[in-house]
Amino acid sequence: MAERVLMKGNEAIGEAAIRAGCRYFFGYPITPQNDIPAYMSRELPKHDGVFLQAESEVAASNMVYGAAGSGARVLTSSSSPGISLKAEGLSYIAGAELPCVVVNIMRCGPGLGGIQPSQGDYFQATKGMAHGDFHLIVYAPSTVQELVDLTYKAFDTADRYRNPVMVLGDGMLGQMMEPVEFMEPLDPADLPKKEWATDGAKGRDTNVINSLALAPEELEAMNKKLENKYKKVKANEVMHEEYRMEDAEIAVVAYGTSARISIKAIDMARERGIKVGLIRPITLYPFPEKEVAATCDQIKKYLTVEMSTGQMIEDVRLAVNGRRPVEFFGRLGVVFEAEEVLERLIAMGGEIQ
Amino acid sequence: MKKIASYPDSLTEKHFHYCPGCTHGTVHRLIAEIMDELDIREETIGVAPVGCAVLAYEYFDCDMHEASHGRAPAVATGIKRVHPDKVVFTYQGDGDLASIGTAEIVHAANRGENITTVFINNAIYGMTGGQMAPTTLEGQKTTTSPYGRNLKEAGNPIKMTEMLSALDGPSYIARVSVHTPKHIRKAKKALKKAFQRQLDGRGFTLIEVLSTCPTNWGITPKDALNWLEEYMMPVYPLGDLKDIEEVE
Repeated sequence: MAERVLMKGNEAIGEAAIRAGCRYFFGYPITPQNDIPAYMSRELPKHDGVFLQAESEVAASNMVYGAAGSGARVLTSSSSPGISLKAEGLSYIAGAELPCVVVNIMRCGPGLGGIQPSQGDYFQATKGMAHGDFHLIVYAPSTVQELVDLTYKAFDTADRYRNPVMVLGDGMLGQMMEPVEFMEPLDPADLPKKEWATDGAKGRDTNVINSLALAPEELEAMNKKLENKYKKVKANEVMHEEYRMEDAEIAVVAYGTSARISIKAIDMARERGIKVGLIRPITLYPFPEKEVAATCDQIKKYLTVEMSTGQMIEDVRLAVNGRRPVEFFGRLGVVFEAEEVLERLIAMGGEIQ
Repeated sequence: MKKIASYPDSLTEKHFHYCPGCTHGTVHRLIAEIMDELDIREETIGVAPVGCAVLAYEYFDCDMHEASHGRAPAVATGIKRVHPDKVVFTYQGDGDLASIGTAEIVHAANRGENITTVFINNAIYGMTGGQMAPTTLEGQKTTTSPYGRNLKEAGNPIKMTEMLSALDGPSYIARVSVHTPKHIRKAKKALKKAFQRQLDGRGFTLIEVLSTCPTNWGITPKDALNWLEEYMMPVYPLGDLKDIEEVE
């Protein structure tokens, strides 16, 4: 059993990335994720790695594009407005089928918004990141330990599918301290060689990193290839967790920080005899659609809880497909209290009685 | 018998898609000859731009990486940081480097990234159909400056090479032209010096190449060569703008 250490979420992400064999970080300062670049700038040189503070988020994501194409495990991190700027690079990275890991420690928007925790980038992360038909694989941790585990896993998943993977946290998760346990560090030299990478065509055919396909059939084939990849991702990579769902009549669907607050609300509701449980998506893309749908025979009502005005609720409704009502509770700017969720659950419980 | 000329090994056999009279092909060939002469084809990673040279990865017979518009220096930075022992070059036009990619080129140069940038300046956007570029000359007619570039509205032709020469990061910066055989020979010399500087680990190098675009200038290839000399060269004078070995 490895030693448990008390660590801030953002710094734990950095340590997990280094242990996953990541030696390259390109980023730009933005609150509330600044501890990640600070950690990487301090620790990467100790591992013969490269930390580079880019001139912009746009440049940072294109440096990631270059480094990923060169075959390295590479990380970038930002917060909401910065992710908008990284979107260009991510579309190219997905189009050229390169692996990388992107962390978004969400703050409240739109525009400059503010630096309060938020989950307002769900649509951006899972659907509308940038131009073209592509997806990031999106992990939504709810504890610092899970930030560590999913950051580590993200590098493997990115390599396996040659696709960018996003770790989607929020300002609260990034800033909180919790005890965590780390995995044994991995030596990047032990990772399998990426035969497609641009590292000089010595004694082999040339490699080209590209997402341009001018001929119509070629362009369709490129998109079909991506589509087939996403089908595999959907079939193999869905992760979710259930809490007190055994006899539940109401299901809260929540991820990340919202799920943590919801667990407290569910426990309080249970004390009042309300049969409520939690479905917590751990992957937001692919969304646990079948897993939510499988609860429809048992569950009478769903409540989606988010720190937004209602984004994931659209995926919950698609999964439930009209068979049960899906309600929404959310606040943004302000982080809600468990009591506010409880109040809503009491009302829903009363309606069911 | 000694062979004095041949098709460069570092070019693929793919036919260029460039218009008649365009000088991209000349510059491609020079870079390929230099890769052959320095024996670096298997050590080189090129970064292609968005613009007329977007398909450069089909012509250079080395590892290639297609960048998004203007970001080639950032992409090249990512590659070079992973493979500091390899040769990395970007090939960019004036819309790419002097407009949408100004931040990336300025900061790559300022960091002294040990890469080589080949900057093709033909004073117009070629691939998109002849729009005004930041390098378009005063009074020059394009599809988006139909009455001629008006300096009060559109600003002055931007002199990127002079701007970048003011930074401490670059090792060698020069402006050359390829409109006559004599100028082509000089251009090759400058390009080779830039690649050699990179091999020597001396930092950022950039060669601006004055080039022609007969199609979008709306003149014949021969007139285009004359137009370059008569109108472009007074605004964009040739020569070494920065050479730190000479200073030292």
